[in-house]
Amino acid sequence: MNHHSRLGKHIGSVVILFFLFIVGFKANAQNGQSLFAANCASCHQVNKRLVGPALAGVEERGPWTDRKALHAWIHNPAGFMKTDPYTQGLFKEYGGVMMTAFPGLSEKDIDAILDYIKSVPAATAPVPGAATATNPEASGDNTLLFGILTLILAIVSFVLLQVNSNLKRLADDKEGVGGTEPLPFWRNKAYIAFVAVILFLISGYFTVSGAIGLGRSQKYEPVQPIFYSHKVHAGTNQISCLYCHGNTEVGKQANIPSVNICMNCHMGINEYKGPDKLVDGDGKEHDGTAEIQKLYQYAGFEYGKLWDASKAQPIPWVRIHNLPDHVYFNHSQHVKVGKVQCQSCHGEIQNMNEVYQFADLSMGWCINCHRNTQVQFKDNGFYSIYEQYHEKIKNGTLDTTNITVEKIGGTECQKCHY
Amino acid sequence: MGNKHWQSFGELNRTEAFNDAAKDEFREDLPFVADNKGLLEAVRPRRDFLKYLGFSTAAAAVAASCEMPVKRVIPFANKPEDIVPGTANYYATTYVQDGDAVSILAKVRDGRPIKIEGNELSPITFGGTSARVQASVLDLYDTARLRYPYITRKQNEVTHEAIDRAIAVDLANLGGAPVVLLTSTINSPTTKGVIAQFLAKYPGSRHIQYDAVSHSGMLLANKASYGRQAIPTYRFDNAKVIVSLSADFLGTWLSPVEFAPQYAKGRKINEQNPAMSKHIQFESVLSMTGGCADERYLHRPSEIGAVAVALLNAVNSTGTTGISDAKLKAGIEKTATLLNANKGASVVVCGSNDPNVQIVVNAINEAIGANGKTIDWNTTLNYRQGIDSDFAQLVEDMNAGRIGALLIHGANPVYTWSDSKSVADGIKKVKVTISFNSKNDETTQLCKYVIPDHHFLESWGDAEPRSGSYSLMQPTIYPLFKTRQWQDSLLKWSGAPATDYYTYLRQYWLGVLGGEDGWNKAIQDGIVHPATSATTVKTSTATQDSTMAKSTPNVAIPAPVTTGAPTSGGTAAYNGGGLAAATAAISANAPKTSGTELYLYQKVGIGAGQGASNPWLQELPDPVTRATWDNYIIISPAMAKSLLGIDLEKAGDTDDYEVHPEKQVLKVTAGNKTVELPFLIVPGTHPNTIGIAVGYGRTPELGKAVTVGGGKNVYPFTSYTGSTISHIVPAVTIEKTGNTYPLALVQTHNTYDTPQGNRTEVVKEISLAEFKAKPNEILEEREEELEPFGGLEHFEKQGTIFPYHEKPGVKWGMSVDMNSCIGCGACVVACISENNIAIVGKEEVQRFHDMHWLRIDRYYSGNMDNPFVTYQPMLCQHCDNAPCENVCPVDATNHSSEGLNQMAYNRCIGTRYCANNCPYKVRRFNWADYTGADSFPDNQRQVLDAAVMNMNEPLTRMVLNPDVTVRSHGVMEKCSFCVQRLQEGKLKAKRESRPLKTGENNEWDLKTACQQACPTNVFVFGNVNDPNSAISQMRKNNPQRSYGVIEFLHTLPNVNYLTRIRNIDEHIGVGEEHHEGEGAA
Repeated sequence: MNHHSRLGKHIGSVVILFFLFIVGFKANAQNGQSLFAANCASCHQVNKRLVGPALAGVEERGPWTDRKALHAWIHNPAGFMKTDPYTQGLFKEYGGVMMTAFPGLSEKDIDAILDYIKSVPAATAPVPGAATATNPEASGDNTLLFGILTLILAIVSFVLLQVNSNLKRLADDKEGVGGTEPLPFWRNKAYIAFVAVILFLISGYFTVSGAIGLGRSQKYEPVQPIFYSHKVHAGTNQISCLYCHGNTEVGKQANIPSVNICMNCHMGINEYKGPDKLVDGDGKEHDGTAEIQKLYQYAGFEYGKLWDASKAQPIPWVRIHNLPDHVYFNHSQHVKVGKVQCQSCHGEIQNMNEVYQFADLSMGWCINCHRNTQVQFKDNGFYSIYEQYHEKIKNGTLDTTNITVEKIGGTECQKCHY
Repeated sequence: MGNKHWQSFGELNRTEAFNDAAKDEFREDLPFVADNKGLLEAVRPRRDFLKYLGFSTAAAAVAASCEMPVKRVIPFANKPEDIVPGTANYYATTYVQDGDAVSILAKVRDGRPIKIEGNELSPITFGGTSARVQASVLDLYDTARLRYPYITRKQNEVTHEAIDRAIAVDLANLGGAPVVLLTSTINSPTTKGVIAQFLAKYPGSRHIQYDAVSHSGMLLANKASYGRQAIPTYRFDNAKVIVSLSADFLGTWLSPVEFAPQYAKGRKINEQNPAMSKHIQFESVLSMTGGCADERYLHRPSEIGAVAVALLNAVNSTGTTGISDAKLKAGIEKTATLLNANKGASVVVCGSNDPNVQIVVNAINEAIGANGKTIDWNTTLNYRQGIDSDFAQLVEDMNAGRIGALLIHGANPVYTWSDSKSVADGIKKVKVTISFNSKNDETTQLCKYVIPDHHFLESWGDAEPRSGSYSLMQPTIYPLFKTRQWQDSLLKWSGAPATDYYTYLRQYWLGVLGGEDGWNKAIQDGIVHPATSATTVKTSTATQDSTMAKSTPNVAIPAPVTTGAPTSGGTAAYNGGGLAAATAAISANAPKTSGTELYLYQKVGIGAGQGASNPWLQELPDPVTRATWDNYIIISPAMAKSLLGIDLEKAGDTDDYEVHPEKQVLKVTAGNKTVELPFLIVPGTHPNTIGIAVGYGRTPELGKAVTVGGGKNVYPFTSYTGSTISHIVPAVTIEKTGNTYPLALVQTHNTYDTPQGNRTEVVKEISLAEFKAKPNEILEEREEELEPFGGLEHFEKQGTIFPYHEKPGVKWGMSVDMNSCIGCGACVVACISENNIAIVGKEEVQRFHDMHWLRIDRYYSGNMDNPFVTYQPMLCQHCDNAPCENVCPVDATNHSSEGLNQMAYNRCIGTRYCANNCPYKVRRFNWADYTGADSFPDNQRQVLDAAVMNMNEPLTRMVLNPDVTVRSHGVMEKCSFCVQRLQEGKLKAKRESRPLKTGENNEWDLKTACQQACPTNVFVFGNVNDPNSAISQMRKNNPQRSYGVIEFLHTLPNVNYLTRIRNIDEHIGVGEEHHEGEGAA
């Protein structure tokens, strides 16, 4: 039980941490900066030409003095360009690459982005990472103390037993009974049996816990072909996880980004000048610019030239998170439907220079989360079919917070094993 | 006599062996290895035990102490927009095998097609498939496929350029000798264009279509009767009376996937107004279609012409003559009365390949007004176009040295032609022989140049199975080997300037569909629907090839041209001129009245031999005999008694015959041809007829499946009559050989009976007349049975001591309509494909180790000479009070809140208690590592059949479904209701934040594999808690026919069955005497 409650505490602290992180993130999500990062940053920077033009001072150029024109352009660039000579010129200048249409951005969103662009000074200062709280280790570990106490007690009892047997022998001698040669304790069968049992238990404990741990690889932190820092990308630069791991909301796998996704930004960004030091698990520091060069080698790209995407080679990343073959896990179920944050399973990825496996990915770990996590019961239309529960919620006999994943069958075998 | 329905002779006679078998689910000890020996039988049990112990400890230590391997996760270099890794894409394409064409969707996971689904947009199949269509995906990964072009000997791989050069030189030096292109039926309009273009380059050349089991007789008869050498469209859905003369139209005749949904339409019952079509089958050997029939009449194979003539005369009321058998005669008269009573709403089909018989059948169809009603001449069926005499002429020409070059695609006459030797000799005399076949089959082995074609899942193409209805084909995987589409080869050799077949096809369809959008839509849908494209696609017929243009493809290829303009209403002008001659010819060949005849038939899985190399199809039990692998001689119980002295009414004889897989081998002789095969006794076989399936006895070059129980080739027994091939051998002699040969039957593997008693009411059946008179009979029967436990209404809660569990959200349920099940096995193969079910090989099937999660049980009822047949799909019933769950010591099988009986493989320790306790016998145990799931690869090579070990090949393993665990040795498994599909469907609904759709307004988030595959919609599956779902509606609308199999056990199955209703007037009951009076021959 002790083990369970500690695990619970641990998870609890993690959950609180992420809650803090989410709140910070959500606040940011309202403003133009994050909209810019999510939608524009792959092709544009404010002060530097990338795939598309630098956006500083955009509202002073061409037809863009009128924001309505900008709205129209962003919603439907191809349509706008048909009648507009300025954008036709831009189209030619940028090698015939058409801007992506963003019909989903509202005018308010676009205005927010434009306001953000205006607010950026000529030389961008990096925004420090959001949540920087550290994960306090479970304090007051008494294992050592208990161990010492056990040892002392064991010695005391051993001494007492010895004393007892000596006294008994003396008493026997005095009464003239027995006369058997005294056995030294290392030949005493009781002692030998006792030690054997203790040794068996200890070795058994380690064998069993070792066996349970077989195939698990918590804290696994392999060296990757490119020293890619999530801290720089997701932490400092606030790039949305979904920008690179684009299948998270639609597919089983989150998807490791292909080279063309990297190159969306890195066609323009060829050097690393950020404030974060790129330190790996061994404490070794890496040169970001050199790592970007490695990417260029995989991509078959030479800075300043047009990129031929067909020359790209895939990057053989080392897989960190591995589930056994008989486990079915689907990212979209958790992220899109369950609204679980990435960090719940992957840890504070935005603070990791080198990614390691945060959770042990054991079945117990999965099940515990399923027991404690609420379902999006009212928000997701799928659960409208649970009429009984809805009825009870109306009556007040059931609280939405009590509807956990377990409650709707989320701990049954064939939810994950088939 | 206990049961109304029986599966085996032992069950019928309640023999000792049967009762013994009913006691145990498993008849053997758990072997340490699959060598059939228990540990204690070993010579030195203690030492062996220590050996096994030591080995397994060492093995575990080795396996465990290895470091975790470093795994790579390699993304795309440039991710294609439409591909989401780990998520399947479905591409519409077409299954094409010889003349067969079925619109399908290929499920492609991470670049590999892993499952075939029916294309529900198809106006022909409505999403139905067949066992062979389902199994075709395994052929893609067949290790026996030819992998590169070669000249003369397989070892010498050459490039396509080199072989093109060599062939160009050879073709240029023919000296004017004609080039012949020999193919199986081609119904692709563009391929016909390509062929025309190729032939134009070589004057005097010709294209011959050759079908292994041809429909020449029909084509010729139609030419005589209607002036069109074509086959009309049949409309079984419009027929109230369906009469089949030896035509297995639901299994192997012409286009079963098309006919099955039509047929099923007339077999579905509306309980408010019960009515169904009447199906009468005249045949010699019990076929799958015959098993569906309401009434069956037996005749000698050679008598089919006489039966047709007698039926014609009876329909015309001119007296039934020439039939001596009283029952048969009465049957013909009864049939004629029914046909006359339903003029314009009845149809007669005939499986004979004799043009004279078919002319008589045409006359019958004219007389009953089928022309234009149930037979539609507006559109023709293009599945079979080969004329046997064309090929016979070719054989003659080849042997006379008159042929310069022979190009072969699809056809395999060295194997399938009756006189194989003359074909082989002829081919040797042809200067240039080229084969495009994808395997080194019997004919390809004799060819000089071999340029293997792509598998259809790697190809572009189109098909016109029914005139005016097109189905398109697109590649679903990059070609696995150095193969080339054969149309590309033809285009290259016809000197077309740098055109490949894809461009040709695209150009053609752009022209027909009028632009890029139309083409994209057509490729996406996979079909060009006659209704939507009526303005652009003109109807065409099978005989269009002569009019195909010989222009270059970049100039517009003319759209298919109509020949033989259809008249209104789908009728065709009938010309009865040939009838008299045909009748005379039939009566000149008076049927024999004594001696034994041989009837050669096709099996639903193997067909004319196409399925022989596919282990899924080899292990698919025959719907009637329930035998896997091998072919055999089918004999009647009467012949067994008279010839072999096996009296099936004697318990001792029955057990001797039935208990052991070893069967006596008989020698069949016809003229100078002999074959030795084991026999099976099949009730419903004509007493003087034996039947043998064609398609077996293939060359070992076709793969491992044909070497394990591959059977014998009986094509040599067919005969060429001068115009067509006959599959009837009128005189054969049978001798005992004294040898035995094992056959792997699954029929006796599962029995519901227990030492405590018989469980009779697994199958419920009632006649239509009775059902109309007493609609609540089944319901009352159930009510009575459950009365002591609270009756139907309270049974669930009162019939048990266990608590009741809520199913708050989804509750899965399935309904199985036994009335429309035709036994075709499409669902069985779909289940294998979807759920990675192991093929275990012949030897293992003999030992009751078959693994199919879904089986189609065949039941007989009534008279042993001509019984009624009922098919019942049986799968895990997902009992809400499951007997298996209570006995599992490790809780590896338990119940979900959605009503699923779950199986956690990794928890299972293999006690098999669950299977022992399952009353439905649907649990399957992995006796060996069939699918190579163990950590030591290939560890059972010496133990299991070679065909099973195929699953250890990386190529074959590409077919596995990554969403389903591959089970290892020692684990129990069973139907999961395709839980992976259920989870996927639910997730789809959740992502879209809406309730689950299971059939409301025919919208489906999910279907089980069997449900999707079924051509007759036997299975309805969905959420029972949703009152609008298809399953809820089905149960609500069919209260009088629904029942649960052995439901009185309070298993609370989540599968309900709909009672089989047979369209007869008589009571279907216990005992044999009931059928005496109703014309069963």
